[in-house]
Amino acid sequence: MRTKHDRGDKASDQRLLFGWGRTSPTLARVLEPDSAGAVDAWLHDAGSAQGLIARGLGRSYGDAAQCAGGLVLETSRLDAIGPIDATSGEVEVGAGVSLDRLLRTGLREGWFIPVSPGTRQVTVGGAIAADVHGKNHHRDGSFCRHVSAITLSTPTGVHEAGPEADPELFWASAGGMGLTGVVTRARVTMRRVESAWMRVDTERHGDIDSLMSALERVDTEHRYSVAWVDCSARGRRLGRGILDAGDHAPADEVTGRRAARLLEPPPERTLSVPPLVPRFAINPLSVAAFNEAWFRKSPSRPGQLRHLSGFFHPLDALANWNVVFGSRGFVQYQFAVDHAHRDLVPRTLELLQRAKSPVTLAVLKRFGPGDPGPLSFPMPGWTLALDLPVGPPALPETLRGLDETVASVGGRVYLAKDARLGRDVFRTMYPRLAEFEAVRRRVDPEGVLASDLARRLGICEDSSR
Amino acid sequence: MNDPFGTPGSVVVFGGTSDIARALLRRLVARGTKKVWLSGRDRGRLDEVAAELRTGGADALSALEFDATDVQGAVAIVDSTFAEAGRVDLVVMAVGLLVDNERDERDPAKVAESVAVNFAWPATALARVAEHFRDQGSGRAVVLSTVAAVRVRRANYVYGSAKAGLDEYARNLHQALMGTGAGIMVVRPGFVHSKMTVGRPAPPLSTTPDAVAADVVRGLEHNAEVVWSPAKLRAVFTGLQLLPEPIWRRLPM
Repeated sequence: MRTKHDRGDKASDQRLLFGWGRTSPTLARVLEPDSAGAVDAWLHDAGSAQGLIARGLGRSYGDAAQCAGGLVLETSRLDAIGPIDATSGEVEVGAGVSLDRLLRTGLREGWFIPVSPGTRQVTVGGAIAADVHGKNHHRDGSFCRHVSAITLSTPTGVHEAGPEADPELFWASAGGMGLTGVVTRARVTMRRVESAWMRVDTERHGDIDSLMSALERVDTEHRYSVAWVDCSARGRRLGRGILDAGDHAPADEVTGRRAARLLEPPPERTLSVPPLVPRFAINPLSVAAFNEAWFRKSPSRPGQLRHLSGFFHPLDALANWNVVFGSRGFVQYQFAVDHAHRDLVPRTLELLQRAKSPVTLAVLKRFGPGDPGPLSFPMPGWTLALDLPVGPPALPETLRGLDETVASVGGRVYLAKDARLGRDVFRTMYPRLAEFEAVRRRVDPEGVLASDLARRLGICEDSSR
Repeated sequence: MNDPFGTPGSVVVFGGTSDIARALLRRLVARGTKKVWLSGRDRGRLDEVAAELRTGGADALSALEFDATDVQGAVAIVDSTFAEAGRVDLVVMAVGLLVDNERDERDPAKVAESVAVNFAWPATALARVAEHFRDQGSGRAVVLSTVAAVRVRRANYVYGSAKAGLDEYARNLHQALMGTGAGIMVVRPGFVHSKMTVGRPAPPLSTTPDAVAADVVRGLEHNAEVVWSPAKLRAVFTGLQLLPEPIWRRLPM
């Protein structure tokens, strides 16, 4: 059935979808609507389907942007970028615009994205649905704090929402994992920068206490901060790591050959990982060897000038780094706890070492105040994100134990990374779920919006049969 | 949904009182599986298993009693189970009947019963399960086969040949389901000390229901297509399959 819109149907639109962790594939009808009107039309017709969810660039690690047996609307064709307001920095963008494109478009005129996660390859819609955070969370909060309006297509019609207009719907959608509707457009406030360069202090710290104290210290001085943790180090060296703290460099500090590249966008060229990395390539020994080398190559250096792409998105240089984990894939475990429970960070490292589970990447960061969003992840305190290849026999049990510990101290796990949380522990971690569900009942009384994540967590009751 | 470690949220079991199925369910529930629907031959024993799983933290229901010799009835059993359960992440097909070959090989009725319970019923049910999985866009089935199905031997051929049919059917159904989000895993245990084998002499590499269950859980985590339990049997049977028929027939087993 075609309407005046191109609704993006294709001859064969059934596709297996999985998250960035490459686990738990399920089949859905994947559509690429070219307009908000086409999105509305699909929502209107979706009543008989087994649910509908939006999908951006598939960077959620788990099962957030897939809907087994249902409809998945890819937003890639909602790609319009409006003019950037020269004084306020506000720009109206389609939900399918990637932060990469937004950054390239803005940088030429001296505008940077307000919040940048570890990759530029996420859409604006996805950044809102996951309420993504970046290295500046302690100062600027998460992404939705820089969004002044969204256009949301829901089963009950189109809603305009923002922090002032319909704040309940707006904040439920911030971190709502797409379960309040399909964002088709958003108004984002960009940040004024004088250059594409960062003034970065790098510090090497030999243990976790030193590293965490340093993070506390630099957060008062710098807009951006993050620490890489060597999870292989044991004993007195447990949690040693490298701290990066930075700020946008003013134009007059960008000198020499770099001055000619003052507002140069990140390189477009990316490399690909060959598809046949043997499974045994990633093991505790190889990971420890890599960590040792990485730790040693980064001596403490103050005030170095680095391009923002290397500072914010080092992994974007490899287009498909997630394939190195082989057919079993990997999970990312990211939790947040308040300041009083900072000891959970070293305890987690010890637990994973005891489980003989290699951690291929570990990122530690301090959060500032959270958003009003009932499902938004960030909360004041600490967050630790860990990449964990599937395979070690003790890993599932260890993570279940961690879930309980995190929940028991009022912490939570980030849904955009999650593929495995149980229903009960999820409810403990997100005690404001009832507020979220009330908004959902208002805009989606029949429970059309659904995803594998929502079914797993019991956010939507299964209406498939 | 099946999580990255292959743990399902919801499980339907056909043949829910089998010792292997029971051990498997205990392990899955310990790993976080919440919803379990049991069906099988004996209501009383199903209730017993359900009670045990509830103690472990699951919402276990003993759903249906059925007779696996009623092959025509398999579709209705599958349909009503799915109607009650909703979305099913894992189906465990543990229906089976060990045959006393010496006693029953010349009794056509017993041969028919073995074919029905060990092959026709589970295959018919799996065919229907596969349709539900296609519709769901997801789902996995574990099919309990046996090493006796890999190369059928004279001393156990009534049982072995029926299981061989099921083994082949399930592995090829897995191929047919490629790209649908659904999949089938075949489990080939060796001699298992269980209520099914009480009183039989145990050959080398014999195992226990719980050891088989542990191997199945590992297989689910690794997306295996075939699980041997114990794993050494794979090498043993690879060797045995190469033996010329005249030698195979004369082996004392």
